[in-house]
Amino acid sequence: MSLSELWFILVAVLFIGFFFLEGFDFGVGMATRLLAKNDTEKRMLINSIGPFWDGNEVWLLTAGGAMFAAFPNWYATLFSGFYIPLVVLLLALIARGVAFEFRGKVGSDSWRKAWDISIFLGSFLPPFLLGVVFATLMKGMPIDGDMQMHAGFFDVVNPYSVVAGLSVVCLCIVHGLMFASLRTEGALRLRARELARKWLIPLAVLLVVLAALTFVSTDAFQTRGVILAIMAVVGAAAFVLAGYFMKQGREGWAFGMTGTVIALAVAAVFVALFPRVMVSSLGSAFDLTVYNAASGNYSLKVMTIVALSLLPFVLAYQIWSYFVFHKRIHEKTHLEY
Amino acid sequence: MDVLDLARLQYALTTIYHFFFVPVSIGLVLFVAIMETLYVVKKDENYKKMAKFWGKLFLINFAVGVVTGILQEFQFGMNWSDYSRFVGDVFGAPLAIEALFAFFLESTFIGLWIFGWDKLSKKVHLACIWLVVVGTTLSAFWILTANSFMQQPVGFSVQNGRAEMNDFLALITNPQLIYEFPHTVFGAYLTGAFVVAGICAIKMLGKKDAHLFKSSFSIAIVIGLISSLGVAFSGHSQAQHLVETQPMKMAAAEGIWETTPDKAPWALISGINVDGQKNSFELNLPIPGLLSYLSYGEFNGAVTGMKELNAQYNQQYGQGDYIPPVKTTFWSFRFMVASGGLLILLSLYGTYMALRRRVDKAPRWYWHCMKWAIALPFIANTSGWIMTEVGRQPWTVFGLMTTADSVSPNVSSGSVLFSIITFTAVYTLLGGVMVYLFVKEIKKGPSGEKEGLEQPHDPFEKEVAHVS
Repeated sequence: MSLSELWFILVAVLFIGFFFLEGFDFGVGMATRLLAKNDTEKRMLINSIGPFWDGNEVWLLTAGGAMFAAFPNWYATLFSGFYIPLVVLLLALIARGVAFEFRGKVGSDSWRKAWDISIFLGSFLPPFLLGVVFATLMKGMPIDGDMQMHAGFFDVVNPYSVVAGLSVVCLCIVHGLMFASLRTEGALRLRARELARKWLIPLAVLLVVLAALTFVSTDAFQTRGVILAIMAVVGAAAFVLAGYFMKQGREGWAFGMTGTVIALAVAAVFVALFPRVMVSSLGSAFDLTVYNAASGNYSLKVMTIVALSLLPFVLAYQIWSYFVFHKRIHEKTHLEY
Repeated sequence: MDVLDLARLQYALTTIYHFFFVPVSIGLVLFVAIMETLYVVKKDENYKKMAKFWGKLFLINFAVGVVTGILQEFQFGMNWSDYSRFVGDVFGAPLAIEALFAFFLESTFIGLWIFGWDKLSKKVHLACIWLVVVGTTLSAFWILTANSFMQQPVGFSVQNGRAEMNDFLALITNPQLIYEFPHTVFGAYLTGAFVVAGICAIKMLGKKDAHLFKSSFSIAIVIGLISSLGVAFSGHSQAQHLVETQPMKMAAAEGIWETTPDKAPWALISGINVDGQKNSFELNLPIPGLLSYLSYGEFNGAVTGMKELNAQYNQQYGQGDYIPPVKTTFWSFRFMVASGGLLILLSLYGTYMALRRRVDKAPRWYWHCMKWAIALPFIANTSGWIMTEVGRQPWTVFGLMTTADSVSPNVSSGSVLFSIITFTAVYTLLGGVMVYLFVKEIKKGPSGEKEGLEQPHDPFEKEVAHVS
């Protein structure tokens, strides 16, 4: 395996980590609107992700940084090509990040309402837009021989990408609701679990449509049919088990299963892409690949040493932080936010 | 305006804005860590109160710094994709390492610190805030490693039509970095110190909680003095380094068109005439050879002027205009130095009062000065970066790649305009909200009444709140 292939895997791992972790806090963010009945419940939800969301978001920043360092051409083509979606993504992340910190600082209702909108939109738009971007990445975008992408509106927004975006949103909602039921106590916990079960139905529909559209719109199943079929079967099994565990009230297991579905979905994108990183709709000669988009060997070697020696520590203290805040939040808990 | 101008405008706006918050975060978190250390060591609850109070301000500021920082990482790819392609091999690495090394550390341990007051032991909780201090400083180190490469490219060779890294060690021991890192970090500590000292001044003028703010002031002003001197010395060394490595930037910063005589005088201010490539007047200080001294450490030595350098560069890099915007570089340099000088004077007096334990006897004019002096480090930071980045023009990477070649070729000016307008609107709103919250928290003070929103989990805490 070449170093550029290893870095393709590492970028994939970073995105899987990002969607697994930030996925639930996007979901909890949306649950503040979908689930919470009063201000206390909203605050319980926000506090359930309070210590984690910022660290989770760093997975996205690290993935972006890793793309920049390991695949400069990928980074350059993707970020300049998806200009407007990324502007909106950034605005959403900005609004959401400060909302958590600012919401509880002033007592007035209109103040809190404004930040509630920020939290909802900031939790809905990023997963939607990232779903759109990843779907179109697989479908193929007009990328010319100079690796420049010139996308029109309908290249980015089309039925396939919208279904993908909504699927990611829906996955995050279910995953987030399960996280909420894991981290809270009392009525909220039960209602989160029930609502997660209800959202499984639209999610199932979306995922089936998405799989069908992927079959039609991309070459994924032609090139990686067997592996993707296996991943789809395992994913479906995890999905069914998630529903089963929700019904049984085994929240940890159910959360693990929704996380498995997310991880498999993200992994599938990378499996389908490999060895390409961006598909060109103008001809496969113009595809960006792991090889023509990568940095030089020296740079990749340095990055490999740094990443592999730091990542264990990062994982260790992040896991430790989840351990520190393992206690459920109930109505009487002191709430920071 | 074309895409290039718009992309430059956006970079300037968003980066200057982002860098209002970064130094405050770096400086304030150090202060919070010191306060909490005093609490743990001396077991005095007042220090805990103060750690929490300054911590609140830090968190409000940090939130804005973090979210505006995400844009910074994305912006290279969005607006400067040809730059990213050309230098990503070298420049991307420190950015990725910054995320991996520093951002994870900061974000995770801030979470632990905010929510961990009654879940972690005192010492572990204290360790968390110190790890945030380490994280913010590391973050500065890695981003400045990237920036130093733009000022003085090292550790690479041009291969396959791009810059490829061939010596990582050279990248992180870049001589430019050796000066730029302490200069920037001292600047950040100085900013934090003057924000704290300025807020203390407001409290000293108002007399409420004055006793709590006296110790904060004394510590802050000592940090302020140490870091203002640190800024000055590292800045002076950096300027001497620039004379060697980026002489055009320093010549522009000093408004030197023609190569000077052997004893170069230093002009306090000059009338820069860009079109005529000369100065309409120069107000020289009556110290012969002062500019020579500032440039080389001795009162002899000619300083090469911009015209001669431009002729040299035309031979070296091909035909073109290599003179940066001189007025901007010249005046931003002076604003930076003047602000720095005032900060040293104010720190000296404050430290003198603090060491003699006469802080409460300090005259009211001093507190008024300190209140307004909150603006000074921001002026210094901003003008310092303007000098650094504008003075490097027309290059993005000195001697290697021009700004005009760096911009994304596939992005329309409409797209960039859309992003400038939306970001400016959101940033303005954020700035307003942040100032409002800062003022509110400062007015409330460390022992202010709790808002109805917060429900004390401990009935005893309610009692205390009523008593105080």
